[in-house]
Amino acid sequence: MAEHLDIFRHEVRDWLEANCPPEMRTPMRSEKDICWGGRKFEFSSDAQKQWLEVMASRGWTVPDWPKEYGGGGLSPAETKVLMQEMAALGCRSPLQSFGISMLGPALLEYGTQDQKLEHLPKIARGQIRWCQGYSEPNAGSDLASLSTSAEDKGDHFLVNGQKVWTSYADQADWIFCLVRTDTSQKQGGISFLLFDMESTGVSTKPILLISGSSPFCETFFDDVKVPKDQVLGEINQGWTVAKYLLGHEREMISGMGGRAQGPSLPEYARGKLGRDEQGRLDDPVLRARIAMYEVRSAAFAAMSERFIDRLKARKIHPAQPSMMKYYGTELNKDRHELLMAAGGSDALEWDSEASGSGKAARAWLRTKANSIEGGTSEIQLNIIAKRILELPEG
Amino acid sequence: MPLFLDDDQETLADTVRPFMASEAPISHLRALRDADDPVGFSRDLWRQFGEMGFTGVLVDEADGGLGMGHVEAGIVLEEIGRNLTPSPFMGTAVGAVEALRGADAALKEAWLPGIVSGETVAALALDEAARHRPQSVGLKAERQGNGFRLSGAKQFVAFGHVADLLIVSARTAGDVADEDGVTLFAIPRSRAGVSVEAARLADSSFAARVELDGVELDGSAVIGEVDGGRAILARVLAGVRAGASSEMVGIAEGASAMTLDYIKQRKQFGRVIGSYQALQHRAAHLYCEMEVARAATLKAQQSLDADSPDADRDASVAKAMAGMAGSLAVREAVQMHGGIGMTDEYDVGFFMKRQRVLAEMFGDADFHADRLARMERY
Ligand SMILES: Cc1cc2nc3c(=O)[nH]c(=O)nc-3n(C[C@H](O)[C@H](O)[C@H](O)COP(=O)(O)OP(=O)(O)OC[C@H]3O[C@@H](n4cnc5c(N)ncnc54)[C@H](O)[C@@H]3O)c2cc1C
Ligand SMILES: Cc1cc2nc3c(=O)[nH]c(=O)nc-3n(C[C@H](O)[C@H](O)[C@H](O)COP(=O)(O)OP(=O)(O)OC[C@H]3O[C@@H](n4cnc5c(N)ncnc54)[C@H](O)[C@@H]3O)c2cc1C
Repeated sequence: MAEHLDIFRHEVRDWLEANCPPEMRTPMRSEKDICWGGRKFEFSSDAQKQWLEVMASRGWTVPDWPKEYGGGGLSPAETKVLMQEMAALGCRSPLQSFGISMLGPALLEYGTQDQKLEHLPKIARGQIRWCQGYSEPNAGSDLASLSTSAEDKGDHFLVNGQKVWTSYADQADWIFCLVRTDTSQKQGGISFLLFDMESTGVSTKPILLISGSSPFCETFFDDVKVPKDQVLGEINQGWTVAKYLLGHEREMISGMGGRAQGPSLPEYARGKLGRDEQGRLDDPVLRARIAMYEVRSAAFAAMSERFIDRLKARKIHPAQPSMMKYYGTELNKDRHELLMAAGGSDALEWDSEASGSGKAARAWLRTKANSIEGGTSEIQLNIIAKRILELPEG
Repeated sequence: MPLFLDDDQETLADTVRPFMASEAPISHLRALRDADDPVGFSRDLWRQFGEMGFTGVLVDEADGGLGMGHVEAGIVLEEIGRNLTPSPFMGTAVGAVEALRGADAALKEAWLPGIVSGETVAALALDEAARHRPQSVGLKAERQGNGFRLSGAKQFVAFGHVADLLIVSARTAGDVADEDGVTLFAIPRSRAGVSVEAARLADSSFAARVELDGVELDGSAVIGEVDGGRAILARVLAGVRAGASSEMVGIAEGASAMTLDYIKQRKQFGRVIGSYQALQHRAAHLYCEMEVARAATLKAQQSLDADSPDADRDASVAKAMAGMAGSLAVREAVQMHGGIGMTDEYDVGFFMKRQRVLAEMFGDADFHADRLARMERY
């Protein structure tokens, strides 16, 4: 077993050395360097395109998915080795998407064979980009009170209503969407639909974030026809699928701090603050705050490793992603507060060239959403209190 | 290696857990304290630890031990923490054994059998001031003929007042703060010139102030190489730091289990207080901190067992993280109990006291955060 992994590790290392373009071994400079895939995606370089193609050809954009669905068919231990070797070489992620981190796992668990064969390979190859239609103006934390309706018309549903905060809705090809198919029950009247964003009756309106960018939208549905075979899971059983998917979403969001782009916090601070005769950051109080942060960050890296290992071994409490989401996002917000402190007035510049068009400030503001999107920190704490600690309902 | 206990380790935990809960629960600590016991732990229990194999957990099989690793030692320490079991386990079965790994066959032969059988007690004599600064060693070992003459003082030597063996860091070359020029010695407490003064700590355990006044030793008392104690000392410290982290994880578990039970029963304003969101969110946050501390601790122990170059660093991360999480656990435990948490009659205060001692021992969170920063050169 260990021997097999050693051989595999060598193979992976050699293959990555041979196939990962040098440009793809440098840290990402901005959001633009992320490869999302999809019909509308424009590659930022030939290297980015080539990297996606070679990785997809081995199924390594989704290494642990079965081969028949475009994955790499790797075991958990092999997947870990691949991730370690990619990290060691500094390889960028070839593709990231809601399809990979959210819908894919739900399709694998609840999809019909036809649905899996139709959608998973396109996600793996970065051909179709998905967005998430959960939140509505009056259904945020209390998601199950959603009211977007899907009326049964025999062979199809007719969808009407509005979603909000739909990330990248204007750039996505398809949407996975929660709709109400029965008004007599709350959770038990929700279904999980998959449909093309180019369907007649779908429109989106971008919303500007405090960071000045506009990654999310209001999404409107006006008599959108959705064929019946595009329901994931059973009709009126969508809540089960939705919660399963949320677990994966939370897992993904929890890791965002760890997979942060650019230099480490100490490195950045060193560059900005300089060091005293003893080699310590020339700001003892900030240094102490950074040092305490770094302890938590290193400890959380161990937590993330343990979480993944136990998840793969199916040894995990189903509410554990809430813990990861809560801790990881709060940590990431702390990190950006410290980056801003270390950057001082440099970090406040919003559009100068020196600041990379306000990279620090915009990233800092963006992280504030981490503890809101995918369920707020307070909701994660509620879930932990009730489901893991079994504290009584208020 | 996946970052969770494997089947054999789970089996060990299944043995240790009921043993500690039945042989040495909190009432055992309370009884020793109320009796003003001058030893501070039960020698019978220590022998039972030997019979169970616990004291030899890190001792090689060739030397009569179980030949296991720091993960397994951590399993024992977690239960020690959960039950607040007084014992010289950390200094003896982790610290001294790790030190003796670097010793020659004669020293091993002299001390390991007694440790394995649960007869011998050993203590680490490393600190010289109120704050942990293991790299600054002022206690002098001067060459004399074929041997050495040691003079100086150590403090915070856990169970040093009854230890048979003292593991002492001494300066054989250079200045107080130099990294090199430190040598580790194995010194019988009975040796002429060794005096100990027992001090009872807040948690009812004992630590000693040790004075060496011209203690004469020959070369056979040297662990490893003269002037080359640094590497062994680093391993000893990484081991006990990871071990103390496990004990604090156990303490946090014990204290928070007691607290969760309490807030699920206690009613105020006509409702169980555990239904108030103000307490639920704090309990949930604490749970997260504890999980993170547990992961960091296991990571450090796996790194030690794999001889990873990161082991030293990982142990500092664990010690800092477990120190912070443990501290939060005991503070929340007392607070959420309200008035009763402040009473001596109720057990929860014992957790707070023991946690405080362990948080300090081998460096607190501030010490380790600073240490990690230095390692990263900032
Ligand atoms: C950047 C970003 C991207 C997003 N992307 C998507 C997306 O792609 N698709 C999608 O469907 N949604 C998306 N969302 C929406 C997100 O899931 C919701 O914003 C979130 O669930 C919170 O809902 P809300 O905004 O209505 O706030 P509310 O639910 O109104 O909450 C307001 C405040 O009250 C607190 N609160 C609410 N209920 C409780 C309670 N029971 N106990 C204690 N406190 C409580 C909350 O924690 C919060 O602090 C995104 C959001 C952001 C910020
Ligand atoms: C050293 C000391 C001296 C004292 N001296 C006096 C004195 O001289 N005279 C006197 O009359 N009393 C005295 N007290 C008692 C003190 O006022 C009570 O301990 C205090 O009011 C808390 O009540 P309790 O102990 O019953 O805790 P509980 O009310 O049972 O509270 C337990 C926990 O639940 C929390 N809690 C309770 N209700 C809620 C809620 N609705 N929402 C959120 N959290 C909640 C509390 O904050 C606490 O953390 C003393 C206490 C101490 C420790």
